Amino acid sequence: MALTTVDREPGQFRNASPGLQALLLCVIAIVLMVLDHRNEYLTGVRKGLSVLLYPVDVLVSAPFDLGRALSESVSSRDTLQAENQHLREEALILSARLQRMAALQAENARLRALLDSTAKVGEDMLIAEIVSVDMNPFRNQIVVNRGGQDGVFVGQPVIDADGVVGQITRDRHYTAEAMLVTDIDHAVPVEIARNRLRTIAVGTGELDRLSLPFLPGNADIREGDLLITSGLGGKFPPGYPVASVRRINSITGQPFLQIDATPAAALNRMREVLLIKDEEP
Amino acid sequence: MARATRFWPALVTLAAAVAFEIMPLPEMLQTLRPPLPAMVLLYWVMMWPERFGLLTAFILGIVLDILHGQLLGQNALALCMVTYTMVRFHLQIRIFPLWQMTMTVFALLTLMTALQFVVEGMAGFGTIGLRRWPAVIFGTLLWQPVMALLDRVREQCETHTSNF
Repeated sequence: MALTTVDREPGQFRNASPGLQALLLCVIAIVLMVLDHRNEYLTGVRKGLSVLLYPVDVLVSAPFDLGRALSESVSSRDTLQAENQHLREEALILSARLQRMAALQAENARLRALLDSTAKVGEDMLIAEIVSVDMNPFRNQIVVNRGGQDGVFVGQPVIDADGVVGQITRDRHYTAEAMLVTDIDHAVPVEIARNRLRTIAVGTGELDRLSLPFLPGNADIREGDLLITSGLGGKFPPGYPVASVRRINSITGQPFLQIDATPAAALNRMREVLLIKDEEP
Repeated sequence: MARATRFWPALVTLAAAVAFEIMPLPEMLQTLRPPLPAMVLLYWVMMWPERFGLLTAFILGIVLDILHGQLLGQNALALCMVTYTMVRFHLQIRIFPLWQMTMTVFALLTLMTALQFVVEGMAGFGTIGLRRWPAVIFGTLLWQPVMALLDRVREQCETHTSNF
């Protein structure tokens, strides 16, 4: 093995002893972590590096996207017809519901006008697809194929057809990272649709379970109750379904109930999500 | 002067390991995903320490941090620590019997994972108990096949330069 290759390496850094190099780089890494964690100094740096690494995401997800596209294009005529039929029926039902919605909205606006409160405006949506790459396996995060260039901003609520998915945590310019409601560091203010009892739904790290740790033993909550966003906290607009209560466990001697809830959104099956373009902070 | 050893194939293996790291896997396999970038890096640091050293480790770490959406510097710190150990002892580790080398790799991967655990704990993120350790064990079990594969790549590169 040719050790003469050493003389092709320029620079002071490589000539330093490994111990010194290691010390220097570890200090740099720690400084980076501190700056990245507590402050927003490195947002621009991260964004720049993310843009540089965007091709990696594209290359890795390309075969998976291609596979899906192929399987769609070779699906049989019968399957397509059945799907078409199904979608048409669904569209009919939804548009029928929408007719009543228009009347209800008008009524709501009238009543609000009587109460002298401002009318809630309908939100604008941006459709995004989930990029087929995995992130940190210990966190519930996804990458969506819309970023700052499409008007995505940090803190933007993400929903799918069934309920709240999560929120945008980092803008990568062409794409964006989103944290799911089930992430262990995520909490969303909710209320029970039945009686407007307010509480907080906390993520557990499991894709099919949310936890409600702050309800006292005498709280009026039943299995099957629907939890919707309460709008408190200002991140999520009110009224979107978050989860339904799955199991209530009261432990004698403990002041709070242990409540598990099943997320309303199909967190492990979804392909497309909606970004709510409400009011930018 | 001898022609330099081709080293781009090593970079290709590193890139492939990074791609594997973010490749979508079924949910139940995700916690088993072996830390291939670290393993490939350790191999090249052990075999070609004059080419692949701490700077490579740092850059690779930053790349992984960005792709994983982790704290900038978290993987870089962990990889620098294990790479330093490898650089310091590469002459010994290189001539270890295979099982001893595998145990060394196990120790280094454990050190790396423990460092990440400590950093996340200090940063105040929620950490989930034992979920990160199966990947270390799975990575250790895969060390021998990975090393066999990389040995082939390295031999190709080195015979290429034998014409001095």
